[in-house]
Formats: sequence, structure tokens, C-alpha cells
Amino acid sequence: MEYDDPQVSLHMQDAIKFTKQHEWVVIRNGIAIIGISDFAQSQLGDIVSIELPKVGSRFKQTQAMAIVDSVKASSDIFCPLSGEVSEINENLSEHPELINQSPYESGWIVKIRPSNPSDFDSLMTKQEYEGIVGEEKDIETERGL
Amino acid sequence: MKTPFYEEHRSLNAKMVDFHGWVMPLQYSAGIINEHMSVRKRAGLFDVSHMGRFEVKGPNSLELLQNLMTNDISKLQENQALYSPMCYESGGIVDDLIIYMINRERFLLVVNSSNRQKDFEWILEHGNNKQTGSLSSSASIEDVTDSMALLALQGPLAQKVLQEVVADINFDLLKPFNLLNAKLFGVECIISRTGYTGEDGFEIFFNSSEVQLWDKLLHVDSKFDIRPAGLGARDTLRLEAGFMLYGNDLDENITPLEVPLAWTVKFDKIQDFVGKNALRTNMLTRKLVGFEMLQRKRIARRGSEVFLAGSKIGSITSGGFSPTLNKSIGFCFVPSDVPFDQIVDLSITKGAREGTDGREVVKGGEGGEGGEGGEGGEREPRPMGIDLYTAKIRNTRFYKRNKEVKM
Repeated sequence: MEYDDPQVSLHMQDAIKFTKQHEWVVIRNGIAIIGISDFAQSQLGDIVSIELPKVGSRFKQTQAMAIVDSVKASSDIFCPLSGEVSEINENLSEHPELINQSPYESGWIVKIRPSNPSDFDSLMTKQEYEGIVGEEKDIETERGL
Repeated sequence: MKTPFYEEHRSLNAKMVDFHGWVMPLQYSAGIINEHMSVRKRAGLFDVSHMGRFEVKGPNSLELLQNLMTNDISKLQENQALYSPMCYESGGIVDDLIIYMINRERFLLVVNSSNRQKDFEWILEHGNNKQTGSLSSSASIEDVTDSMALLALQGPLAQKVLQEVVADINFDLLKPFNLLNAKLFGVECIISRTGYTGEDGFEIFFNSSEVQLWDKLLHVDSKFDIRPAGLGARDTLRLEAGFMLYGNDLDENITPLEVPLAWTVKFDKIQDFVGKNALRTNMLTRKLVGFEMLQRKRIARRGSEVFLAGSKIGSITSGGFSPTLNKSIGFCFVPSDVPFDQIVDLSITKGAREGTDGREVVKGGEGGEGGEGGEGGEREPRPMGIDLYTAKIRNTRFYKRNKEVKM
């Protein structure tokens, strides 16, 4: 799959990395494709709007770059790695529910041209991420929530 | 605290949240929008057993309630219900509630869960005070919340559902804000034609041990496709219908005349009521109105400020997404002279984490609010500042139901 295919496909699951704030990243041809995890979308519930950054804007790693609103809450999306926005998923403005329906594919959010390739290495592997998501689920169970 | 239907919610995979000390379903697996539309188009079943329930009994009950409520309780007949604010001497609101007259000496009051203790003490205190002296011996109040379950069946098919269960009662004859006694699946119930969704619907009171009624009502007949609906949908439905929520749109510093509740203040009723003097003399400088946002980039929520020509003129008391209108709507206070259709700006903070009663936020916001295992320090907050979004001022009734029922 080419990075500029609007239907980003994640067949290479091992190449996906995550942040503690539940963003995911894959690198395709030197471009980072970013979205939020299935766990994040399910916790947020129905997503009803998104404010996307402008193409060309620059973000540092961990800087807030977009906001999603679900019915119940607003949430920042943090930039998982420093760089410049090369593309945004325009479909989301009309159809923010794509993030719920397809968080890893048609619900991708932005593409970033990374300025510091080692940022990617600092992120969590899928296995590490599943570990912390598991912990969050455990906490919920303990609280009876 | 758990309602009698806690296990039912869990087995339906509800997302449970704390709501004023109650563990309540925020939503079920279908999600808030789906639950909302189910209620608008067919029927939804809500567990509202967290609401406070009091029984006021005795020969002087009517007099006691008439003194506390701004609405005219003397207009009630047996088996009728009335919505009323209950005010402080200042005119600020203690709570808003529904009073059900079982008979002339027995009333059922349904109050907000957040105000249960406060209301109970307020009513008790007034039952005993000097002004109403003799009442203490001839009116009593009892909290019956725990012994009584309360479900709300709401939506255009709600009547058909009940009619299917109870063939020998003609529900056409049960008018809005009226109640009757009926057996549902062998269980003695009080059924009132009331609700908090803007749809036709019923609230059903019964003994809290009869937990099976939840499943029985959900599965009356698959043709109805009744869905369980949680607090999330309850909030979006009431917002569209223009119903105010205590703690958001009503509180001790807000009077019924500042919000669209003037119709509930009966200055001409014979008995005086607490707050009457203040309500009659206070100048009105602000009013609660509706707004709808003109763009769909953000959702305006409680706390955001309202600007007109660069000056702050008010703030949002309730805000959210309207599934029916597919836009962000809400209520806000503005100066009394601001007309409908006025275009205003809403300031929505960048990067702030905002939630309404669910407060279920996973993704991080600004540092320090991370909660359990939060890592605020690692994240960089957005640059400080706010963005302005255009909105139009309007009335608070965003949704009016179509009275024709189709199936």
C-alpha cells in the first residue's frame, strides 16, 4: 500500500506504534500516518466533530494538534512525533464517525513528515500498548465501572 | 449506590459511570446517538431509579406543598401530576420536581438525585416551621427511593408497547401528566404519562424487588425493537426538548423567571409560597435562551462564554450535540434584551477537556487533570487561547415531536 492511498491499510501490524495517549502511527514511504486507537474511539463513544490542523503546520512531539469531540467529551489529539503536517483526512469533517467505524483505516487523521526519525523509536510497540490498555480495563473493572 | 437494575446494565455491556453517587449506565453498546434516535423513532427504556422519591402524607400535605412550590398544587386532581420548581426566599431554585397526587392526602414527589438529601431536609424543615406550625403533626415525609424502582419507557411506540402488555386499559384515556394503577406482568405499578425526552412516554413505579420488569419490557415484542437507553441519551434528548437540568441550567442563584419556567410561577394562587416576594420584585437582567452553532468543528459545552461584538455577554449552562439536528446546540444566559436570531460568538477553549455528567475521558488534555495514571507532565498543552465559533440565539425548544404515530 502506498502512503497516499486514502484507505490506509494496516496489513503490516508489526510496524504500528502507539502513544500512551492512544494515538497510533505507521510510517509509509517516510511519512507518518496518525490516528487514534480502537480502544480510544470505543472509550470516547460517538465522535461528532473534529478540528484538524492546517497542512503545512508544524508540531513538536506531544504537542496537541487536533481536537475530537464525542457526544460526551472533547479530547486533544497529541502529535506522536515532531514534524510538518503533509495531509489531513478531509473526509472526517463531514464524517467524523469514520473514526469510530474504522479507526485504523478510513478513520486516519493526519499525515506528518517527521523531522526527527528517532521519535518513532520512542513510541510503544503494539504489545506494550496492549499492556497499558489492559491495565486501564482492569482499573475500570476494579472500580465496578 | 446501585439501582435494582445494576446487573441488567452490566449484562448489556453498558458503560457505567458515577452519577451523584449512583453507578449508572452512560450508554449501552449501540452508543448514545443510536439510543437517542431509537427513542425519537421507536421506543427506549431508561432506568431512572436514581431519581429521589418521597412520599408526603397526611391531611395537611397539600398545604405544605402549596407553600413550597411555585406552581399551583390545588389545581391537581387525584391521579394527576404537576411539574414545579421549589424556591428559596431569594427566589433561587432549591430543586425542580414532579408532584404526583395519589389522593388528597398522599403525594409522590420525584426529585433530582443530586438534591435528594437537601430537598428532604428542606421539606421537613418547612413541615415543622412556625409559619406553617400545625403541619408537623398532620403531614409527614418519607424517602421511598430504595423501596421503589422507576423505569421510563419513552418514544412514539411507548403507548403501543404498554397496550400490548395491558389489554384491559385504554391508554388513549391516560392523558399527559396523568397516572393510573395497572398490573404489568403481574406486578402492581403506578404508570404516569410523563418523561424527560420530548417524546410521548411513561414513567413506571413499582416495588424495587420486581427486577424482571426491565427484561420483560425490553422484550415485549421484537417488532417494537425497544432499546435500552442510558444517561448520555437522556441528556441529549432533554437538551433537544428544551428541558432544563438542575445543577446546569437551574441552581440556587437562578430563578424560574430567568429561565423559560415563568409558566410554573403562580403569583395569583391563594396561598403564599416561599420565594414569592423576591420573585415579584427582582429585576430581570438576564434570560436563558437556546443557541445553535453554525459550524460543526467543535461542540460547545457547559462553561464556554458567549460574546457579542467582542464583549462577553453570558455563558453556556448546557451544551452538546443534537443527533436530530446534526449540530451543536445548547442553552446559555444572555442579557434580557438580546433578541432571537442574534448572531453571537462562542469561545471554546483549545485543548481543554470538557465533559458533561459522564466525565469519561480517556485521551489526555492539559496536564494535571489526567486522573488515574495520568501523565500530565509528559504532554505539552496547546498554546493558550480560545477560538471563537459563530452561533445563533433562539428559543430552547430544538425539537417538537410529531404527534402522529406510525409503525
